[in-house]
Amino acid sequence: MLSVLWAGMMLVSVICAVMTGHVDALVTSITASAKAAFEMALGLGGVMAFWLGLMNIAEEAGFIRGLARVIQPCLRRLFPEVPPDHPAMGAMLLNIAANMLGLSNAATPFGLKAMESLNRLNTQPGVATNAMCMFATINTSSVQLIPATGIAFLATGGAQHPYDIVVTTLLATIISSIVGLSAVFWLQGSKWFKLEPTASGTSEQGS
Amino acid sequence: MQLVNWISSAVFLSFVAGIPCVGAFKKIKVFDVFVEGAQEGFNVVLRIVPFLVGMVVAIGMLRASGAFELLAQGLGPVLNAMGVPPDLLPLMLARPFSGAASNAVLVDIIRAQGGDSMIAHMAATMIGSTETTLYVVAVYFGAVGIRRTRHAIACGLIADAVGMFVSIFICRFLIAG
Repeated sequence: MLSVLWAGMMLVSVICAVMTGHVDALVTSITASAKAAFEMALGLGGVMAFWLGLMNIAEEAGFIRGLARVIQPCLRRLFPEVPPDHPAMGAMLLNIAANMLGLSNAATPFGLKAMESLNRLNTQPGVATNAMCMFATINTSSVQLIPATGIAFLATGGAQHPYDIVVTTLLATIISSIVGLSAVFWLQGSKWFKLEPTASGTSEQGS
Repeated sequence: MQLVNWISSAVFLSFVAGIPCVGAFKKIKVFDVFVEGAQEGFNVVLRIVPFLVGMVVAIGMLRASGAFELLAQGLGPVLNAMGVPPDLLPLMLARPFSGAASNAVLVDIIRAQGGDSMIAHMAATMIGSTETTLYVVAVYFGAVGIRRTRHAIACGLIADAVGMFVSIFICRFLIAG
């Protein structure tokens, strides 16, 4: 999929350049882009190494668990079908806390474990439960306390105040999460996505 | 704006100074742990270099060939009506599919517009407030053999779209261009 897209981008560029007379610019752009990509990655290296070093301390010092405890009350309300002491709840809390701290390497194993536990509560194999869709949406709407990658790229690109995006990102991600989670409650009971009750009597707990 | 800068610095500094202090208070050898994590950060960067080079070259070619201008001309009126700068369109299209491609588009935007530009701040805010929804859904649901993902993709894409538009408007209000 990505391979076809990549080759297609190059083909389109060549055709466009010939049509619009930008062939010279196209040729010089290739080496310039390759060089710039590497320079950006080098700049990223310093900031990312520092940040992940800091986050390693945070992990060791128990910040993930601390944050998980803070967000626990919110999470119970978002997952009415999951018993509060079910293993899925613990795994989801740790996944979301790790994601908020930007520790995606630590977050993924918790996330997969959460999906596995949620699937044990599933009565219709192969069909997503409401809780799974809620969990996936929380993950994709990405509440991140410090947008380390964006800061690193901006700083490497010569921004004077790359940290300004901390506030803008936080506001954007909070609003997008609120809308995303509202969409979950709205769509889980809608006629397109509703769970059909099975013979075993699975009850729909939509809002 | 001064206030944004002040709050951002305060949040950032509380992380940078607060985490090692809490760690030291808990009797962790904070510098050793830091170095270990930083090594991992370096590995992350080494891993993304090939993806970044491949994608930045392809996106740079599209920009140099004039394809972006054609696209911006064609969709300009629609995008303007929605308040979206045409320069951000490639990022908005790539973001749900691929982290490598969207990082590369961010690099391309920063190169073309400068790190201090409004567009670059909008793009970086977008990257931070959205996710590669289709990838996340594929990995998470694929891992447990779920075929019917129901509303998961729709909700993820709604959150992404809202994040993108809010990024544009918030930067326009809060960041001095």
